Amino acid sequence: MSNPNALLHRRDVVNELLRDRADLLVIAGLGAPNWDVSAAGDHRNNFPLWGAMGAASMIGLGLALAQPKRKVLVVTGDGEMLMNIGSLATIAVEAPKNLTIAVLDNERFGETGMQKTPTASGVDLAAIATACGIRTSRIVRTMAEVTELRDLAHDGRGTVFAQIKINPEALVFVMPPADGVILMTRFRQSVLGDEALYN
Amino acid sequence: MAEAAKSRAEAAPALPTWPDEIYRVLKDAGIRQVAMVPDAGHSRLIRSFEADPETRVVTLTTEEEGVAMLAGAWLGGERGVLLLQSSGVGNCINMLSLPVICHMPLLMIVTMRGDWGEFNPWQIPMGQGTRPSLEAMGVIVNKVDEPDLVASTVQGAANLAFNTWKPVAVLIGQRVLGAKNFKELARK
Repeated sequence: MSNPNALLHRRDVVNELLRDRADLLVIAGLGAPNWDVSAAGDHRNNFPLWGAMGAASMIGLGLALAQPKRKVLVVTGDGEMLMNIGSLATIAVEAPKNLTIAVLDNERFGETGMQKTPTASGVDLAAIATACGIRTSRIVRTMAEVTELRDLAHDGRGTVFAQIKINPEALVFVMPPADGVILMTRFRQSVLGDEALYN
Repeated sequence: MAEAAKSRAEAAPALPTWPDEIYRVLKDAGIRQVAMVPDAGHSRLIRSFEADPETRVVTLTTEEEGVAMLAGAWLGGERGVLLLQSSGVGNCINMLSLPVICHMPLLMIVTMRGDWGEFNPWQIPMGQGTRPSLEAMGVIVNKVDEPDLVASTVQGAANLAFNTWKPVAVLIGQRVLGAKNFKELARK
C-alpha cells in the first residue's frame, strides 16, 4: 500500500486541472468530485452530478461528440468509474480527440463511510483503459504529472484517461446548485447561447 | 387460379416498410447521435444510420451508457435516439434519473421481447416489466402493435421528447416484429 502522506490532495489536483480553464467544459461525477470541482469555483460550464452514478464518462462522450471544437474534461471518482467501467470500451472505440477522463482515485467509497473500492486491492483502471484502446492512459502520482494532464486536457489531441492516486481525506462539502434544470439550462445557455432557451 | 395461388405462395414475403419509415422520421427530427445495443428488430434501422454520414452510431456495452451519452449530446446541442431491446430497459433504470430530474429530452425506441408469441420463458420477466419500470421512473410510454402505426408513433414520441423536454419510450410489440420460434430453428 502506498503511504497516504505522500498522496496528492484532491482539491490541489482539481484546482490545477482547472487552472486557466478558458472555455473548458467540465462534467463532475457525483460525491466528492462534484464538491472538488465546485470548490475550484462554481461555473456555468460545469455540469456537476448529484446522482446517476456511472454517468460521468458517457455524458462526456456525448458532449465531446456534439461539441468537437470544445475540450471536455470529466472529473470523477474510482467508485463512479467502476460502476460503468464498460464505458471505457465504448469511448475507446469512438476516440474523440477532445475528451479527457480524470479519475480521482482514493481507493474508497467516500460518501458512504470510506469502504474500500476494488482499486484498493490493486485494480488498475489505467491499464483497463489502455487495454480498451485509449492510448494516452496513465497513473498520476505527482503534481508535475497533474500539470501535464491539465495541458493534455486543454490541448485536445486525443482521448486521455488518468487514474490520479489521491489521499483518502474527507473534506468539507462545497455544493453547486442542486436543481438539475438550473444546471442543465445554464450549461446549455453558456455553450449554445440564448437560443438554447427556446424550442 | 391455381397458378396464381402458387406464384403468390412462392413470392418472397414483402419486407416491412416501418424501419425505413422511422429512419425518415428520425432524420426529420434532427437525430445526429444513435446510441444502441443491437436487436434483430432494429437491424435495418441501424444499417440505415450506419450508411448515413450525418449520424454517429455508437455501440454501447450496456444500455444505461446511452441514457448518459444522450444527456451529454443534449448538453452540447445535439439530438439523439437510444435503440434497445426490452431487456435493456432494465439496465437503464437508475440512469433515467438524469433526464427525468434535469428535464432533458430522451427518445428510446424499444423492441419488445417477452410479449406477444414469446417462445423463451426467460424473456418474460423483463418483457412484462418494461412498461411499469419505465413509467415508475417517469418516462412516457407509447406502445405500438400495428406495423402501419409505427412511424406515426415514433414521430409523435420524437415531438413529445424534443418539444416538451421529457423522456419518452416507444415500445414496438412482437406483433410487429414477429416472434422467433426456437423450436423450428432447433429442428434444422
